[in-house]
Amino acid sequence: MTKFKNQGSKDTRSGFGDGLTELGRKNKNVVALCADLIGSLKMNQFIKENPERFFQIGIAEANMMGIAAGLTIGGKIPFTGTFANFSTGRVYDQIRQSIAYSNKNVKICASHAGITLGEDGATHQILEDIGLMKMLPGMTVINTCDYNQTKAATLAISKIKGPVYLRFGRPVVPNFTPINQDFNIGKGILLKSGNDATIVSTGHLVWESLIAAEKLENEGISCEVINIHTIKPLDEKIILDSVKKTRCVVSAEEHNYYGGLGESISRTLTSFFPCSQEFVATKDTFGESGKPSDLMNKYSLNDTAIAKAVIKVIERKKNNV
Amino acid sequence: MKPLNNDLNLKKYYKKMTKIETLKKTVTQVRRDILRMVNKVNSGHPGGSLGCAEFFVVLYNEIMSINIEFEMDGINEDLFFLSNGHISPVLYSTLARKGFFPLEELKTFRDINSRLQGHPTTHEGLPGIRISSGSLGQGISVAIGAAHSKKLNKDPHIVYALVGDGELQEGQNWEAIMYASAKKIDNLIVTVDLNGKQIDGPTEEVLSLGNLSEKFKAFGWELLHLNKGNDVEQIISVLKKAKNLSGNKKPVCILMKTEMGNGVDFMMNTHAWHGKAPNDEQLEIALSQNIETLGDY
Repeated sequence: MTKFKNQGSKDTRSGFGDGLTELGRKNKNVVALCADLIGSLKMNQFIKENPERFFQIGIAEANMMGIAAGLTIGGKIPFTGTFANFSTGRVYDQIRQSIAYSNKNVKICASHAGITLGEDGATHQILEDIGLMKMLPGMTVINTCDYNQTKAATLAISKIKGPVYLRFGRPVVPNFTPINQDFNIGKGILLKSGNDATIVSTGHLVWESLIAAEKLENEGISCEVINIHTIKPLDEKIILDSVKKTRCVVSAEEHNYYGGLGESISRTLTSFFPCSQEFVATKDTFGESGKPSDLMNKYSLNDTAIAKAVIKVIERKKNNV
Repeated sequence: MKPLNNDLNLKKYYKKMTKIETLKKTVTQVRRDILRMVNKVNSGHPGGSLGCAEFFVVLYNEIMSINIEFEMDGINEDLFFLSNGHISPVLYSTLARKGFFPLEELKTFRDINSRLQGHPTTHEGLPGIRISSGSLGQGISVAIGAAHSKKLNKDPHIVYALVGDGELQEGQNWEAIMYASAKKIDNLIVTVDLNGKQIDGPTEEVLSLGNLSEKFKAFGWELLHLNKGNDVEQIISVLKKAKNLSGNKKPVCILMKTEMGNGVDFMMNTHAWHGKAPNDEQLEIALSQNIETLGDY
């Protein structure tokens, strides 16, 4: 694991905030909107440098999505910012009609995704947003794993035309991907090679997957680890190339197993290379209050859970289940 | 304007009268288009469409500065957003008569593989459409965004939107109405089509909107009343007033009273034709009350 050193833990949302600031300097068409969560979304520096290109909408997310859609008419590239729950479920129809069906160049940037929002509890956590967004025709769905990747993704999505859902989180987590990396939308990243099982993970679970792979390595189990930051369009090739070698897969995500990355992988496998899969994800449940790390442990979203899933899936492969 | 014993004024008067006559002729033809479109597919929304025929014809032919060569960004032109997308027939007819797309295409309304979807959409690339609408309550927000965009681009043109009265029951409108005045969006003119009717009956009975005039004023909007929303001359005069009021740090609202089903005697004074098409026999009667002026498609 020498390849992946934590360069100093940071929150992914700060990657978004810093990416947005850089975009503000580089691209005059970039505008930002926020529904009363400037601090949480780390938008302060962008606002300071570009007050005329920032729109404080107030606590009115539906209006924010509509205004963002309208801003694209005239060539602006709007980045909306609020929690993932209020970025998706609360405004699904506004996104569906005014943004996705209208094919507007809006970047829906969602912080505090998943259970790691923590103490506020299930009303503010969302474990269904990837599903909601990937179901929308034409929507690109991205879930980044650390600060560097989130910053790179923020810059990259400004360069493609069309609606994007960019999902990141609240907690401080290891920052281990390269600084100033190229971010290729729709391209998975092979983080580690291996032969016995493939771990495909996204978001906060990527680091956990690397830890799990390292632990398993010590037990003589060799895992391939793939980071899927773009859930839609899915890099099917990188997954299939790997499972053709390992013939089993564990998907890992901070999301419900219904509608998440795991399900997208299952669809791909069923069509092209059926094999065993285990899901590290929440199992059709809401979250609850608690410290993020305690919640990740309680809901089995950690390195231990991933390692267990790997052992289980290898067992099933051997038994041809 | 009354003719005076003065040649110049007389000339102006006749010019104006000719213009009004032309607009009225277009309105009649748009009505025929609406009726024939919904009859052909036996679906669609004739009531609200007929009620807004004068408004659309005046807006597109007399008020807005627009480029027929359609570009999505709409730089250096006025923009219009239809929030109550179900009255698409009147929009389609107005756009086709203005030259945005071939008149012939009106034949395809609501049919498979058509650019003229039941509710307007950008998805099929129909010139003149900048947003999909139909799921109600979203148009004012979109218009505000476009108005922001115009300000950022230093484009002095105006953004217009039309919303239905029943549609104001959707909460998002009030988020947008609050926002527009708080943020001093003054390049925005929203017209409310007050026909007092919705699918289930009179708006007053389904869910009363209360005193809309006081509500818009309380929300900080500049307010204009258009009591004869089916009168071409009054529409011109109020829309011109609205234009003059723009640029004064306030959004402008026009409360426009219209008659649903206007121009067809049996479609007026009822909500029955909100979303129902006339059959062939009814179409004949309706068309006989609106004699062809510019040629049917």
